[in-house]
Amino acid sequence: MHLIRKEFYQFLRDRSMIAIVLLAPTIQLILLGYAAILDVRNIPLVVLDMDSGYHSRALVDRFVNSGYYSIVDYVQSVNEIDDYIDRGDASVALVIPKHFGNDLYAGYSPKLQVIIDGSETNIATTGMNYASMIVNRYSQNILLERIDRLAHGTVISRVIPEIRIWYNPSLESRNFMIPGIVGMLLMVITINLTSLSIVKEKEIGTFEQLAVTPIRSYHLLAGKTIPAMIIGMADVILVLSIAYLHFGIPIKGSILLLLCLSLIFLLTTLGLGLFVSTISRTQQQAMMTSVFFVMLPMIFLSGFVFPISNMPVIFQNISYLLPLRYFFEIVRGIFLKGIGIVDLWKQVCMLSIFGVAIFTLSAIRFRKNIG
Amino acid sequence: MFNRIIAIARKEFRQVGRDRRSLGILIFIPAFMLLMFGYAVDFDVRDIGLAVYDADNSSHSRELIDAFIHSGYFNLKYHLDSAAEIDPLLDRELVRVAIVIPHDFSASILTGNDVPVQVLIDGANASAAATVMGYVHTIVQDYTLALMSDVFLFSGETVFAQPVDYHPRVWYNPELRSPVFLIPGLIAFILMVTSTVATSLSIVREIELGTMEQIAVSSVHPAQLIIGKIIPYICTSILSTILILIGGYVLFGVGVAGSFLMLSVLVLLFLFVALVWGVIISTTSKTQQVAFMKALTTTMLPTFILSGFVFPIHNMPVVIQAVTYLVPARYFLEALRAIMIKGTGLTAYWEQIAALLLFGTLLVIASTVHMKRRGYSTY
Repeated sequence: MHLIRKEFYQFLRDRSMIAIVLLAPTIQLILLGYAAILDVRNIPLVVLDMDSGYHSRALVDRFVNSGYYSIVDYVQSVNEIDDYIDRGDASVALVIPKHFGNDLYAGYSPKLQVIIDGSETNIATTGMNYASMIVNRYSQNILLERIDRLAHGTVISRVIPEIRIWYNPSLESRNFMIPGIVGMLLMVITINLTSLSIVKEKEIGTFEQLAVTPIRSYHLLAGKTIPAMIIGMADVILVLSIAYLHFGIPIKGSILLLLCLSLIFLLTTLGLGLFVSTISRTQQQAMMTSVFFVMLPMIFLSGFVFPISNMPVIFQNISYLLPLRYFFEIVRGIFLKGIGIVDLWKQVCMLSIFGVAIFTLSAIRFRKNIG
Repeated sequence: MFNRIIAIARKEFRQVGRDRRSLGILIFIPAFMLLMFGYAVDFDVRDIGLAVYDADNSSHSRELIDAFIHSGYFNLKYHLDSAAEIDPLLDRELVRVAIVIPHDFSASILTGNDVPVQVLIDGANASAAATVMGYVHTIVQDYTLALMSDVFLFSGETVFAQPVDYHPRVWYNPELRSPVFLIPGLIAFILMVTSTVATSLSIVREIELGTMEQIAVSSVHPAQLIIGKIIPYICTSILSTILILIGGYVLFGVGVAGSFLMLSVLVLLFLFVALVWGVIISTTSKTQQVAFMKALTTTMLPTFILSGFVFPIHNMPVVIQAVTYLVPARYFLEALRAIMIKGTGLTAYWEQIAALLLFGTLLVIASTVHMKRRGYSTY
């Protein structure tokens, strides 16, 4: 108990730390929440319209009206397209040949060229998809007109996909990303809180004093963890309320359940931090270890933006070892799908097992440190 | 003057060298990260789990299902017997897409009526869902086009020509491989994090351990101290950059299309900005923990999210786009992609280089002013 109080005082005395722990997640969540959008809209497009007739303009209009493209410029020559794409000022170029309208009307197939900058793959893929969709639909309409002219009265059927999106009908990638950012911010802060805690005493030399005092090792560990946990929970409430109040991400499931499960998640990350602290000699070492062996794998492998199902099997297996993976599933599940404990018990079990294991490991390492 | 810098650098070298783990992390981990994440990080949406409820079960409906399977994007996992089975499959994420073909599908086609086909998509991952939607549209449109061409040939025409001969062409990365796009981003991310995080602790450590006072009473000038402290990290960062570039080329075939000279200039410039930023953090923090936290919050997530590494900048709200101009990794990444992938000349990225130069200069001025004003007195 005294230890907890001491750690807490120490934390409170350090003003800049309080500011960082409370302000940093707020600012970051707001900034990153707006920035982390994967939806590809307003793809910068340059148009080289060598026909500039009725048909070519109609086609360009279709690109603009789709909402996926915004025209940066109309150019006069292929060289200018090069410049635009080289500088990255345009991702897609539409080249409409001379006599496009006449050829189309006469039934020749005019060549329509779309040039795509492949260096940004996700924009390129989506840009290509949308372009094909627009051109295909345009072709279809022309075909229908042609059939109508050939054999008036022929009815022809079209298959129309009636697409319905579940869970996130407006397809806001924000709804998917913000729960992810919430998890990531919590992970970064809590690991930072504990990863330097024990090693700091070692480096400054106060560790020996602690070692000779008659305190049980788990008292010490608890003393280090509990204040960090309280701060962590404050952050949880803070970021969740920003996600809900500021970004209006609906919480479909139970908030209480979300808080409870967040607490379990915090235990795993705090435990990881403690473990790093017990296996390091200097704070620099602890920091390197926690950044490179804990944080980076969690950011890249836990399914935050990069789909786990695309990874080679080894990495898919590694991702099972990352608490953040389970926390993402929990947060996204409760936020977007409103699922309850029945569907989440697997994740909860994994997190609990992980938490207990990492704390036991830290305790063992810690005793070795003392001895 | 230089002797002192060298002496400090040598001392710092020794200190870093003695800490084998940190040294190993600084030099080899970046390349290892590249290897790991280069394979793991992949945006492409494929192998999409699909469930089909075919209420018609005619040759027409089977053709449509085949079109989905042969597209190469979908993996037909379930043939359902009722529409009610769809919900649990989507809920438990066993499939991402479900298609319901109505019982009068074939009949409608034969009588020339439009037929709706219901497609249910799991939208939780919005960007993946948008891509899936694109695939669905294309497949169904192609199918309709095939139906039309049947009618067309039937009505007396001998050749069926597509109205528009459509040719998408992809420049720079024709196969649209994700690594080509992501590796420059990984380089920027790794360099920013390693160099800033490593230097951010260097000076505050002396303060926290109380050795700063010893340095303060010696005749070392603050600038000498800083330069001496940075030198070892410049060396390790350059080494790890070289390893990353080799790794990117050997493992992922991402070579350098442009000039090596410009690449070196760019990397050095960026390293300089990142390291000076680390120094500023170090001189403005009281404890290593605060420095660590500052380094992480200002480098890790911003470089990941605001630099254009994965999230396209032109999609962001204007205010946030303005904020990205404050992220040095943004300029580095734009120039790096231009050099590595596009192989364009200086004209395409001189603005980015200029911005990095400006950043570096401003940061150096800021840190010297700060050091001068405070001297060693407050430590």
